[in-house]
Amino acid sequence: MPALEKGLVTTNQPVGELLYEMEIIAPKIARQAQPGQFVHVRPASTYDPLLRRPLSLYDVNHQLGSITLLYKVVGRGTALLSQVKSREQVDIMGPLGRGFTLLAGRQKALLVGGGVGTAPLIYLARVLQEQGHYIKAAYGAASAQEAAVFARKFNELGVEAWPATMDGSLGYKGTVVGLLQNEPHLAKADRIYCCGPEKMMEAVTAFARRNHVKGEVSLEEAMACGVGACLGCARKLNPQDNEYVKVCKDGPVFDMDLL
Amino acid sequence: MKKDRSAAGQSPDLSVNLGGLVMKNPVAMASGTFGYGFEYQDYVSPESIGAVIVKGTTLEKREGNPPPRICETPAGMLNAIGLENPGVEAFVAEHLPRLRQSGVTVVVNIAGNTVEDYARTAAIIGQQAGVAAIELNISCPNVKQGGLQFGTDPLMVEEVVRAVKTQTSLPVIPKLSPNVTDIVAIARAAERGGADALSMINTLLGMAVDVKKRRPVLGNVFGGLSGPAIKPVALRMIYQVYREVALPILGGGGIISTEDALEFFMVGAKAVSVGTGLFVNPLLPLEIVEGIKGYLLEEGLNNLDELVGAAHQV
Repeated sequence: MPALEKGLVTTNQPVGELLYEMEIIAPKIARQAQPGQFVHVRPASTYDPLLRRPLSLYDVNHQLGSITLLYKVVGRGTALLSQVKSREQVDIMGPLGRGFTLLAGRQKALLVGGGVGTAPLIYLARVLQEQGHYIKAAYGAASAQEAAVFARKFNELGVEAWPATMDGSLGYKGTVVGLLQNEPHLAKADRIYCCGPEKMMEAVTAFARRNHVKGEVSLEEAMACGVGACLGCARKLNPQDNEYVKVCKDGPVFDMDLL
Repeated sequence: MKKDRSAAGQSPDLSVNLGGLVMKNPVAMASGTFGYGFEYQDYVSPESIGAVIVKGTTLEKREGNPPPRICETPAGMLNAIGLENPGVEAFVAEHLPRLRQSGVTVVVNIAGNTVEDYARTAAIIGQQAGVAAIELNISCPNVKQGGLQFGTDPLMVEEVVRAVKTQTSLPVIPKLSPNVTDIVAIARAAERGGADALSMINTLLGMAVDVKKRRPVLGNVFGGLSGPAIKPVALRMIYQVYREVALPILGGGGIISTEDALEFFMVGAKAVSVGTGLFVNPLLPLEIVEGIKGYLLEEGLNNLDELVGAAHQV
């Protein structure tokens, strides 16, 4: 059952350009958190900005009862969040939404991330790794500094990871979509999990289809309630659909077959 | 002056009769913010709420507006959901039974394109057990037809309220639009039509522009503004209507604290509704109920009666 917690911030520090890592002690949320779910964070106790910010779970430490968020400062809400100091509290709701479908037995998974969208794949990698699956990751980053954040994490987890950077400073020079085309063996997987910019997720979905691999994507949409009440985060997964899904409740993770 | 009629430790009576809608406490959840009652159940049980006003319901199913449907604005937000709902029959079959079984005080918000639509929807709702009242959405700014157009013309308001009243014995509570020059004229029209109470205010019509894309943020271009930004407008309108119209008022618009709710009582609301504030704090309705209790105890009052309209005493 999702909880509302005043989490104690242990660290909130820049790890790249406009990129922050925040660890919060929130045992009720940590206990239940599934990869791909999100938390709804109030950036400040003021009324402006007003709404909570949906942020994906970057990592969870069950011993400490903590969750870690990786977020990019893109507006006033995340800017305020970046100013929270350790030992301060943040108001968090969660875990919310439908996360990634985990695998049975021992299977091969490919994790494909774009930019800060790689964040939820880290926690997914940890859980899949603990369950004994074979994992590879491919991710694109804007800069070597951003790529290094994920390189370190995947390395800690012992996951074979293929970086792509636009300037070629780490790994493949270009986008992660280019990287996949360049390394077709990565498609030898039972399942592909993807999170990143819209265009990139479209291309990765096409890549998965071409290679007859099932997969899931994690979508993003502006949200108000986060629990399926306000119907604000509606979108059509397929232009032919005659119903809008609610990203907060029906997702944020969706099967590639629905796209 | 403090009064000490209330015995120490005795809980004040918070129940309210709003034109026949009996509420266990004076806090309602505004339509469209609380879904069908159970979306927020991990944080607040719907049966603890004074009245749950469910999502706007129409005769036929509606798909709703294309995204983006919401946009944050200074101390508020715009929404243009477009009355997405499964239609009245599906509401009755899929959502009402659970609400009824849980003992939730249910108010059904209904909307339509024509007077006939409102009347037919009200007739269906009026036959159901477990509905405490009907809120008439004559003020939705986000649909092409109906909604707002009904709420801005006094003759239309009177006609639609009267048509609905002939179809049901349930209390009928029109939700007034703030997008008018003379709110008192609209309130009087609702009274003439036979309204049992008034709900006010709905959202204020607004818009926002994405300067990078050079186009409106919302898929519907216009949306309804809610949140703390609109509270002064809501208070002013309720103050005006309270002086001129005898109907009880369900007041709301930007309530996000107990103090906000108290302001609404003092300008003349008999009960309050919470909406956007819930998105910020899911515990808000319960906190307000407790906050009101605390205020009454502190002031030595047994109930809300003396607060309602208190700001009108000079």
